[in-house]
Amino acid sequence: MIDIRTPDNFEWRFVLVAMGILAVGVISIYSVAPGPAPGGQTPLYAKQLAWILIGTLAFLAAIAIDYHKLARHAYVLYAVMLIVLALVLVMGKSSRGAQRWFSLGPIAFQPSEVAKLALVLVLAKYFADVQRSGWVQRVIVPGLLTLPGLLLILKQPDLGTAMSFTFIFVSMVLVSGLHAKALGMGILFTSMLFPFAWELIWTSLHDYQRERILTFWDPMIDPAGKGYHALQARIAIGAGGLLGKGLDEATQSRLKFLPEGHTDFVFAVFAEQWGFIGVLVLFLLFAALIFLASEIAFKARDPLGLLLAAGVLSTLGFCLMVNVGMTMGIFPIVGIPLPLMSYGGTTTVTSMAALGLLLNVKRRRLTLFY
Amino acid sequence: MSKFTTQHEDFKNLQRRLLYLRLGLLLGLLFLSVRLWYLQVVKGDYYRALSEQNRIRTVDLKPARGLIFDRHGELLANNVPSFNLYLTVEDIRDREGLAAALEDLLGLPRAETKKRLALQARSYVPILVKAGLTLREAALIEGHRLDLPGLRIQAESQRNYPQGSLGGHLLGYVGEVSPEQQDEPAFAGLPQSSMVGKAGVEKTYDRMIRGTAGEKTIEVDARGNERKTVGVVEQTPGDDLYLSLDMRMQQMAESLLGEEAGAVVALDTTNGDVLVLASRPTFDPNTLSRGLTAAVWEQIVTDPRHPLTNRALQGQYPPGSTFKIVVASAALESDKWSSDTKVRCTGSFQSGNHTFRDWKKGGHGVMDMDQAIVNSCDVYFYNIGHRLGIDAIAETARWFGLGQPTGIDLPSERVGIVPSTEWKQRVRKEPWYAGETISVAIGQGYVTVTPLQMAVATAAAANGGTLYKPRLVRAVRERATSRLREIPPQDRGTVPLQDRTFALLHEALHGVVTRGTGGRARSKIVEIAGKTGTAQTVGARAVQTGTNHEAVPKQFRDHAWFVAYAPADAPRIAVAVIVENIGHGGTFAAPIAKALIEEYLKVSDTDDRHQNTGQF
Repeated sequence: MIDIRTPDNFEWRFVLVAMGILAVGVISIYSVAPGPAPGGQTPLYAKQLAWILIGTLAFLAAIAIDYHKLARHAYVLYAVMLIVLALVLVMGKSSRGAQRWFSLGPIAFQPSEVAKLALVLVLAKYFADVQRSGWVQRVIVPGLLTLPGLLLILKQPDLGTAMSFTFIFVSMVLVSGLHAKALGMGILFTSMLFPFAWELIWTSLHDYQRERILTFWDPMIDPAGKGYHALQARIAIGAGGLLGKGLDEATQSRLKFLPEGHTDFVFAVFAEQWGFIGVLVLFLLFAALIFLASEIAFKARDPLGLLLAAGVLSTLGFCLMVNVGMTMGIFPIVGIPLPLMSYGGTTTVTSMAALGLLLNVKRRRLTLFY
Repeated sequence: MSKFTTQHEDFKNLQRRLLYLRLGLLLGLLFLSVRLWYLQVVKGDYYRALSEQNRIRTVDLKPARGLIFDRHGELLANNVPSFNLYLTVEDIRDREGLAAALEDLLGLPRAETKKRLALQARSYVPILVKAGLTLREAALIEGHRLDLPGLRIQAESQRNYPQGSLGGHLLGYVGEVSPEQQDEPAFAGLPQSSMVGKAGVEKTYDRMIRGTAGEKTIEVDARGNERKTVGVVEQTPGDDLYLSLDMRMQQMAESLLGEEAGAVVALDTTNGDVLVLASRPTFDPNTLSRGLTAAVWEQIVTDPRHPLTNRALQGQYPPGSTFKIVVASAALESDKWSSDTKVRCTGSFQSGNHTFRDWKKGGHGVMDMDQAIVNSCDVYFYNIGHRLGIDAIAETARWFGLGQPTGIDLPSERVGIVPSTEWKQRVRKEPWYAGETISVAIGQGYVTVTPLQMAVATAAAANGGTLYKPRLVRAVRERATSRLREIPPQDRGTVPLQDRTFALLHEALHGVVTRGTGGRARSKIVEIAGKTGTAQTVGARAVQTGTNHEAVPKQFRDHAWFVAYAPADAPRIAVAVIVENIGHGGTFAAPIAKALIEEYLKVSDTDDRHQNTGQF
């Protein structure tokens, strides 16, 4: 059982930081949509609070089940996840040209978010078990493990999650030990392939994805159309200035000039309201989370724990970098939510479960025998 | 042991690499912070300005135009509420769809809408799409508002002319200020889609009656919906105008002209007040003020009868025999002629190898000046012209204000022509031929005048020589102070004729009505003095000689003139009437002048309303 009274086993600093970020998210969502959602439904912030409650259950569950036990079923879990990803292509709900969701009554469930955690688990298990260090064992086989999931997600299509998948794979390969020489060769090989791959990738993209990438370079190509999101997000962030405009005066978000203010662009909402100083505080919270998470990974009892924690860390870190980067205009706009802040059931619950896995690793590090 | 060590070393390797991952993520955050610094601190002001531009819209508050009344307080122009549709280009998401929707809902041609959208440079300034929506159209637009961002219906005041087409020319009409007008100093700084006067007193007094626009600053959301008012600068309504016009007489004049083209001007001889300024055919200023489609405008502009022309001050006609007043004055002031000078009229006059005919076949016999005016003897005046020469006539004509603007407070007045040797040399680059003077002596040839000029000249002849500037607006009530400011009568000097010249003119002009060509103007209630005129049209002379009037095609028939004043002994009103292409002045124009004079003197004798300036 979990002994929450033992400070060493239960990382209170970690939980406080996570709660801080969650609270900032709820406040930002509230500021965008303080009233009931269209159709007289529950306000979004209230729904988000409900998701956080469910996420807390997932968090506690992820702590409770020993990760070694989880890892034993890693391949089965991953296989189930692949089947679900295949099913969503057949039975899923289609929206805005993509088929990513299962409709469960009023709730839309996005399996690709959960699939990221399944991939982390299966790769951690694989790298912890593998003995020999060679190309086949260290790159090709894990690559083949990743590929089916990646392809299924690309088929939806969900460019953002597909990029997360790739990043999880690459970072796990690197952490598990690829020599510098091999890494260099890999980069060389990839960059030689790139022109051919680019052709393939570019032509397989949907029109709206291509437009997003083009308008990323220059939002003014079509300020009222395809470049609108990018431009309005940039205006919102910039208008925040040093000290922010406050909740009431943040006109970009309050007057809905900034679209998707509660989901993918929640960071822009926060930046407009709280300014540079506010965002620095938020970044410090995220930095603390990264620091504590890597600390847990570092002090893990065994390679499996370390790799699992490192995988979770890189998943969350990647989403953080790409989401903030795209709202600031550093990356093209791909639909990646900001972990623990964006509104959304699947992302909130999954992110909180991921935090639970981290504490799971920490909790078991002193249990030398069981 | 060795396996354990290896595992241990492997684990150390994992830990080392983990630190790189941590370092990479923290560096990433640092990099994002730098970018954030750039966006929020370095470029903060720039983006804040952009966000302000997003949310702030200014809405013009249109001032109500001043009201216009006639001399008796009759309402000539006011404002009525109207639903106007505006469009903000910046808020449009789908231009094609919008143009299509406007065609479906309001019947506005798609191509025209798109052209207007393309022309709009400042995308955040609302443009007027349609004025005067019906309730049904307004409801349709409101119903589709969520699909059509950028559209806004605003209740505004619409210029209204309760008298319809009556006095349309002098009132003028209003319209949206045009890009060309915005460059003029009188309209500088007016917001686009401001209503300004386009003609008539609406144009002359625009600066006074348009008022000052206000401005409402509002905050809008991304859909263009108004959220709250940020600031208001109230509008000031325009000043009211009180005209000297007598609407009852105006109506009478217009209906007497009927379907004929022509003009009637009546002035108060004592101060230059314009009592009647009628021109037909006319137009309804309501139609022109409500935003015309291109097709309707085209139709008005290309109408061969030129309804937009105000003939009273823009129609330039040969004065015909009415010009004999001027020529007689020139003769009486000259030492080459006197009132007793007699001429035998045989029906024709020979100059060089050209024969000039009198209107009366066989002639009038022996005539003196008085008889020549009363009977309008052409031969007598041919002789005067021959004796005096053109420049003496031209000088006298200018004394009477011909060839110059009367200075009426209306736009686009024309001045006609007073020919002289200097004029011919300057304009035609030819010398004056003596024979040309003969035609001018009876008001034909090069000389042209406007009906308004003739009315002013007749008033001057009647009142002993004071040349008044016609005054259409007597007073302005300032809305800001409620003070009534009178515009004093103005004269442009006097006609320097001797008293006995005036006396002879008065006697002869009275005689025209009592015993001469103007018999149809004789009234039972008032003594009227006047002069008939029959102006030949340019191409008409060949057709005309000796033929029956009814057989002449309409456009070649003579213009009928009559100028008059009354009462003959103490004049108070002067009238000039011209009816185009109808025939003799004595027959067709004189009765109109008589009816107006009787109406004016009858009314003002029974109740002296027009002198009661206090009742504005």
